[in-house]
Amino acid sequence: MSAAREETPLRRLARDFARSRVAVIGLAVLVLVMLAAVFAQVVAPQDPYDLAQLDIMDSLQPPGTAGGAGWTYWLGTDDQGRDLWSAIFFGLRTSLEVGILATLIALAVGVAVGMLAAYAGGAVDGAIMRLVDIQLSFPAILIALILLALLGKGVDKVIVALAAVQWAYYARTVRGSALVERRKEYVEAARCLALPHHRIMLRHLLPNCLPPLIVVATVQVAHAIALEATLSFLGVGVPVTEPSLGMLIASGYGFMLSGNYWVALFPGVALLVVIVAINLVGDRLRDVLNPRLSH
Amino acid sequence: MIVFILRRLTQSAVVIAAMAVLVFTGIFAIGNPIDVLISPEADEVERAAAIARLGLDQPMHVQFARFVESAVGGDLGTSFVHGVPALGLVLQRFPATLELALAAMLLAVLLGIPLGLWAGLKPDSVAGRVIMTGSILGFSLPTFWVGMMLIMAFAVQLGWLPAGGRGQTASLFGVQWSFLTRDGLAHLILPAINLATFKLSLVIRLARAGTREVALQDYVKFARAKGLSPARVVGVHILKNIMIPVVTVLGLELGSVIAFSVVTESVFAWPGMGKLLIESILQLDRPVVVAYLLLTVLLFVVINLVVDLIYSMLDPRIRLGGGRA
Repeated sequence: MSAAREETPLRRLARDFARSRVAVIGLAVLVLVMLAAVFAQVVAPQDPYDLAQLDIMDSLQPPGTAGGAGWTYWLGTDDQGRDLWSAIFFGLRTSLEVGILATLIALAVGVAVGMLAAYAGGAVDGAIMRLVDIQLSFPAILIALILLALLGKGVDKVIVALAAVQWAYYARTVRGSALVERRKEYVEAARCLALPHHRIMLRHLLPNCLPPLIVVATVQVAHAIALEATLSFLGVGVPVTEPSLGMLIASGYGFMLSGNYWVALFPGVALLVVIVAINLVGDRLRDVLNPRLSH
Repeated sequence: MIVFILRRLTQSAVVIAAMAVLVFTGIFAIGNPIDVLISPEADEVERAAAIARLGLDQPMHVQFARFVESAVGGDLGTSFVHGVPALGLVLQRFPATLELALAAMLLAVLLGIPLGLWAGLKPDSVAGRVIMTGSILGFSLPTFWVGMMLIMAFAVQLGWLPAGGRGQTASLFGVQWSFLTRDGLAHLILPAINLATFKLSLVIRLARAGTREVALQDYVKFARAKGLSPARVVGVHILKNIMIPVVTVLGLELGSVIAFSVVTESVFAWPGMGKLLIESILQLDRPVVVAYLLLTVLLFVVINLVVDLIYSMLDPRIRLGGGRA
């Protein structure tokens, strides 16, 4: 077989992944949503946080109302006269930013700690894993609430709190696979070559622990986004100046009882679409990567 | 066994002590309660008097020592906002939360087990697929948004059920309960459904996985071959065996339901201790936040301890493995 046609692991992964149509749709939706969030400034018809573009006469208009500026509010407006469709794009940006950053930080911390536990073994391993067990016995929302009561409001603080909630999952995952890997011969060989410990951990063990980590990380992004939305709804999350989807939904709470359903409904649908799309991709990744985990 | 119990007890004590320090330090940094609690018009003398009365002028370690001393005696300070003992305030709200949590658990079990059984017995049927898709949705939907949609649909649009509050309560054992009155029960339905959604999905998955595993085993085949009615095979032989994992997980999940009721209580203005926590965090009412968090941590530690001990009695392998893990 020629080198060009040789099947790389990545290509095989892509092919296996594409066998599930639902997962591909999920991935497509996810890519679209991320593009929409990144280019919110360009694709949103209105900058909802530029006061000059808002018309207070257009406040709380139901979906489909023609706006003063000559285009239609397809999803209606909120009490400030903001176009909800545009506000959702901007909200997605905050939600995704918080979710992804928190996951990356938690991943880095969790991998470092979990790898250390597996590699060092003994008392270090025992202490770290005891800590992980204790943390995981408390629900995420309780830990996040304690931390936010401690840290106060702010995007950066929410990210820290979410990362602190999540690191334990990665630590446990990476320790599990690193324990299996470190008994294998290639690690023994690397040790015989007297390679430095950090090199064995990062270059030899880590790549072989990646598949389960990818699966856990995908699902955890969805959890982080949902948790951030919940915390923001409760008023302990992101500040009003950087509204996430959770914040948009929270602002709709007050109008719900007067029948202005759209302010809370549509941001929630957007949140749901993001979470379901991530979960579909994560589920498929788990199925595809699983056979490689079993050996 | 005694070593195991001692080790578990020590661990629990360490967790509680660590949480006390963390919670106290955390709440200390939450903001400056002086600005919130004392009217800006108050003159210097009034300010100083109020600060001294609340003990806020002491250095942090003195405040902490005072806090530990009184906490051991069951006194977690006086609420800045309500002016009553914080622990009493939280405990007074506890029955409302407990009622909501138990109602949610009951719903999750009563609906989840039959649905999970059905999906497990007929995994490829339309109903089975619908149930499983529904359970995925139940995992994905954010609780607070579902709650709002429930209010919108059943309270605002249809007008069938009340949108919030506890409704009329009746007294039993000296505590007020909503489920004893018609009005209170009507108020309980939506919040209980909301809080149950996530656990319902979990129970469905557990019951389905259990059913699929058990239904293939020899004793089930034998029961069928013996000529027992399908209802008896499912209702007795299969059901009994899938209940073990379900009951175990639910025991552990009770604490998590109480923690998550923070969200549902806020949406439905249910006057439980979760709603109190959020109000207290927003109002910087330090003693109440501390009392809630310590009480919840204590609850969790006790639940985990009890589950672990029961397990180690039932299954010696856990006890032996406990030393390593």
